[in-house]
Amino acid sequence: MIAFVVQRLLQSVLVMLAVAFISFALFRYIGDPVLIMLGQDFTREQYEMLVRDLGLDQPFYVQFAKFVVSAVQGEFGISYRLARPVAQLIAERLPATLELSMMAALLALTIGVPMGVYTGLRRDSWLSRFFLTISLVGVSLPTFLIGILLILVFAVQLGVLPSFGRGDVVKFGSWSTGFLTTSGLKALVLPAVTLCLFQLTLIMRLVRSEMLEVLRTDYIKFARARGLQNRAVNFGHALKNTLVPVITITGLQIGGIIAFAIVTETVFQWPGMGLLFIQSVNNADVPVMAAYLLLVGFFFVVINLVVDLLYYVVDPRLRIDRGAASGH
Amino acid sequence: MLDSDVFHSFRRNPVVVVSAVVTAVFVLAALLAPWITPYHPYDLASLDLNDAFTPPAWTEDGSRRFLLGTDDQGRDVLSTIVFGARVSLLVGFCAVLFAMTVGITLGLVSGYVGGAVESVIMRVADVQLTFPGILIALLIDGLARTALPRDLHSEIALYVVIFAIGIANWPQFARTVRGSTLVEKSKEYVQAARVIGLHPGLIMLRHVLPNVMGPVLVIATLSLGFAILAEATLSFLGVGVPPTRPSLGTLIRVGNDFLFSGEWWMTIFPGAALIVLVLAVNLLGDWLRDALNPKLR
Amino acid sequence: MAEAPILEVKNLRVEFPTRRGTLVAVDDISFSIAPGEVLGVVGESGAGKSMTGAAVIGLIEPPGRIAGGSISLAGRRIDDLPYEEMRKVRGREIGAIFQDPLTSLNPLYTIGRQITETILTHLPVSPAEAQQRAIGLLREVGIPAAEKRIDHYPHQFSGGMRQRVVIALALAANPKLIIADEPTTALDVSIQAQIIALIKKLCCEHGAAVMLVTHDMGVIAETADRVAVMYAGRIAEIGPVRDVIKAARHPYTDGLMASIPKVGRTDARLAQIDGAMPRLNAIPRGCAFNPRCTKAFDRCRAERPEPMRVGNSDVACWLYDAGQGGTR
Repeated sequence: MIAFVVQRLLQSVLVMLAVAFISFALFRYIGDPVLIMLGQDFTREQYEMLVRDLGLDQPFYVQFAKFVVSAVQGEFGISYRLARPVAQLIAERLPATLELSMMAALLALTIGVPMGVYTGLRRDSWLSRFFLTISLVGVSLPTFLIGILLILVFAVQLGVLPSFGRGDVVKFGSWSTGFLTTSGLKALVLPAVTLCLFQLTLIMRLVRSEMLEVLRTDYIKFARARGLQNRAVNFGHALKNTLVPVITITGLQIGGIIAFAIVTETVFQWPGMGLLFIQSVNNADVPVMAAYLLLVGFFFVVINLVVDLLYYVVDPRLRIDRGAASGH
Repeated sequence: MLDSDVFHSFRRNPVVVVSAVVTAVFVLAALLAPWITPYHPYDLASLDLNDAFTPPAWTEDGSRRFLLGTDDQGRDVLSTIVFGARVSLLVGFCAVLFAMTVGITLGLVSGYVGGAVESVIMRVADVQLTFPGILIALLIDGLARTALPRDLHSEIALYVVIFAIGIANWPQFARTVRGSTLVEKSKEYVQAARVIGLHPGLIMLRHVLPNVMGPVLVIATLSLGFAILAEATLSFLGVGVPPTRPSLGTLIRVGNDFLFSGEWWMTIFPGAALIVLVLAVNLLGDWLRDALNPKLR
Repeated sequence: MAEAPILEVKNLRVEFPTRRGTLVAVDDISFSIAPGEVLGVVGESGAGKSMTGAAVIGLIEPPGRIAGGSISLAGRRIDDLPYEEMRKVRGREIGAIFQDPLTSLNPLYTIGRQITETILTHLPVSPAEAQQRAIGLLREVGIPAAEKRIDHYPHQFSGGMRQRVVIALALAANPKLIIADEPTTALDVSIQAQIIALIKKLCCEHGAAVMLVTHDMGVIAETADRVAVMYAGRIAEIGPVRDVIKAARHPYTDGLMASIPKVGRTDARLAQIDGAMPRLNAIPRGCAFNPRCTKAFDRCRAERPEPMRVGNSDVACWLYDAGQGGTR
């Protein structure tokens, strides 16, 4: 167990360093930070002094090490566009994105998994066929179009839900939450639905195909031959074996939610990190981009780590076989 | 590979036939856009701002000249959709071709060479697969946008998007091809080829490729749906294709600004076109996967 | 037969509807098993022997179905029971042993849990009693340190040990009949004899009859009291094991016996039956064996023979019609 965790942790650190390196290369070599900081008028002395102050004359690996150290301390430099510390900007936007993503992930899982189980068990019922047809439309619908259509119906036509922003938020120290006000909750509905739909359909389809796969196995047939009750066979034996691949997929889907949060936040002008990132891409705001890259990389590494540990909990064989889980 | 069983299941499935027809219509329309559209939407001389914001023909203020209405510049929406589909499909096809080329090459190399080369390639593929494709495409596109000088970038923006989406897609091809290569490698004729002094890699290429064409075709079709969606998403976010060559995603983005003022047709029609196209391609891919893989039926 | 049979199958017919017409996997077969008796069922793969076993425990996979005949267990008809009633029969009155012990056990549960679960489903005992019974069963099937091993997962056992666990599972609720479908095919040759001996010994001690499905004539010779030889969905010959082996009546059985190597006979080369068993969609008219039969005559190609009493056996062959043994 300990060896396993250590190995996984090492791997995570490696991936994190790779992401940090890309982020650093971006930060250091795209555009000249010194030129951007000095503005229009400066002398050669001023330029060189700033280069020395920023440590840009030091060898590459020293600079990288400094970058990593300051990143670990939450220091990402100053935004070119907003002239404020990046760390501060991100701290402001993080709650909005996390609340939106969690809500979407929760919806996708609590609806997608039961639907997948149902369509796997009752594969020939009309409701299953209906779910499957809908899900095919679901994976073909781009997230931003779902958002636009929802806005058109619920905000423009019916006027019952807001089409942009977070509504009123309540502050707890540095955290701002929209969960505690009516307008905050109302503002959350459309973005959360938009963000969860694609993941929901994917989760449903994957759970279904895993369920079908498991139901074909010998141990399920043997469980039936032992006369166990259907409930025990389907939910005790089949569902638990479906869990292993479903955990992987769910991990990946949470990653997908982080990615598509960018799109959703753009559609709904949701003041989160995704919107910040798109604005920084459009304005070549490199420090923000670099910080976002690092943060997203960190999220992914953590998610993967959690997924691997959950594997360990669920599967006594500890058969870490990603190929089998995603190979079809 | 496309034996009579596959053909049989194609003909028996009306949804698939319709999907194939829809896809074919889109491809043909995209290829023939300059000759079949009622207007050339990007010919400035033919535009008249007085025509701007004309609603679809069947509505009260509609004009029979513009079936699906016009946009804020007085362009015929139907024509912009056909030209937009042209860009969307171009980017989609090129991105998939690129991903296929990279993926098949790396898959063959890692399967054949093995050792450290294989583990590095497959490890990178594994790590990349844990990141959503759209995020990778967005990052590459965003980086290129920042890294390249502005005028150079708008010149090559189309290729950047193709590259970004293609790169996001190669690992699946590589994995499939590597698997088949490993199987072929262990077969006797490869050993035999070595004995008689032929280059086994060359022979394998001729045996591996036909074997993986089925799965590769399935992945390619499903990837095409993804690529078109990814391009539309990037363009919607304003980081995709340049505004001078608008795709369906660009049209939706532009139209979105007028959604609240009631000019819904500028968004809805390109959106509907995008959904129908992607749905048709995905249905084809889904069917192809099931038809070529009897186990899953 | 003096005792009333524990299992009585009459005119059983199993069909599989397919796109290219209906396949008949088991075609109008009848046999019975006396309490405590071991009936061997032999035949090539595809002869319908496993399908017969699946029909008896009511687990034919759709779209396959029982299309005719009846199955009675201890005088009670079970082929037309509703699902829930049949479930109570499975495990409680009919135990099953599957071919591959590596895939018969759910990898995510301890073997103890799988055994107690079966016991608690069928018998009115407390969990503690079930646990005691499970340990007892594991001891009976020869698993050392049963108290400790009961908390182990299937992957911690070897193939032979796992098959012992499967046997314990089959016996968990003291059924009157065990269906063992190729119980040793997936095992090492060195372990096969042990497992067969164990099945025979335990079923004898528990008073359970056995339907032993196998393609291994040697296993039958050692274990079975009577043997049924199946060919293309029909029973070619059924009778006491000594009679069938020593004095096979049906030309197919005869050929089957001649193809078994015997120790101490080095002179002749092994006989073989020319041709192959017909596929289910191309069963010839008349006797299904006629194209391969060296003794076939006109009637064999026109009319299907029904089983006829010859000595202590029933033989479906025209050679014996009104001839040596007379009709039944």
